Amino acid sequence: MVTLRFVSYHEIENLSSVGRIRKLLNIAKEDKIVVLQGKLRKEEEKELIKATMEEINDEFKGIELAVIDDTDDEAKGLAWVKQGVINQLLGDRKGLTIIGPASIVKEIKKDPKKIELFTEDFRRRKKKRL
Amino acid sequence: MNRIFRDLFAEKKHIKLGLYGPPNGGKTTLANRICKDWIGEEMGSVSNLAHETREIQIKEQVNIKSKGKELTFNLVDTPGIATKIDYEEFLKAGMKEAAAKKRAKEATKGVIDSIKWLDNMDAVIVVLDATEDPYSQVNITIIGNLQARDIPVLIVANKVDLKKARLMKVNDAFPQYKVVGISAKYGNHMEEFYESLFDLVR
Repeated sequence: MVTLRFVSYHEIENLSSVGRIRKLLNIAKEDKIVVLQGKLRKEEEKELIKATMEEINDEFKGIELAVIDDTDDEAKGLAWVKQGVINQLLGDRKGLTIIGPASIVKEIKKDPKKIELFTEDFRRRKKKRL
Repeated sequence: MNRIFRDLFAEKKHIKLGLYGPPNGGKTTLANRICKDWIGEEMGSVSNLAHETREIQIKEQVNIKSKGKELTFNLVDTPGIATKIDYEEFLKAGMKEAAAKKRAKEATKGVIDSIKWLDNMDAVIVVLDATEDPYSQVNITIIGNLQARDIPVLIVANKVDLKKARLMKVNDAFPQYKVVGISAKYGNHMEEFYESLFDLVR
């Protein structure tokens, strides 16, 4: 059975970077797939990978990580202005972050606005889509 | 902003040029190709098994010349950055358990070292396997962090000699960066690569 744990941005908003990483990693280490509203800062993504490496052992094999950022890089004119306003208002609340324990999530594919998450069951030809 | 970096480089004696990317993208193969082309010797060992490079390797004072231009840098080959390392994958490749666990342990330390060194680079070549999905979060995280620190980036789509290689897909994934398709193994398109390197750091 796969357990998804939704984390609203509100839950991590006031945490330090270390606190955010610790919270998300602890959930993944409980064999739950984290679905985070929004995204970490780039620096925090890097630190999450580092913290993950520090904790890898015979049981915990690491994580699969994917971020969907719904920013349209090719927006022009009014759409560009609208996007700028939304970015200012929402900041890191925009998008979606998936963090899954590597023992359960075998692979995450992005293409690039869609995430496909392949769990251990994939080998039995089952696929979870988010 | 590029001009500021060029001015900085002009005054620097030792430019640190980092090779970054996921495991098995061909970083060490490219490092070897550069070193063989300009120094006549290889830099490190390569393998089909992931995490062959588990320590930072530095080749100092690599001097390259092209079309009247000259560039000297310290080449820093880094262990591949990954979000997971499973010693059982090494077992499947035929390693003994103790050796597989040792390799996994060293690989995790290698990833940490790569990340620690990231901010110290003057310019970075991100080496991607052109046959793999370029949208992998590791690629995006590496490039995003370099961008946040205004560190110049050149993306190399390696292994274009393979039928499965998709150079356009790499281009589409990173439209704001120069992408050069090469085969480090066979030395294909290295002239274009060296030209792009001059553009990156001069």
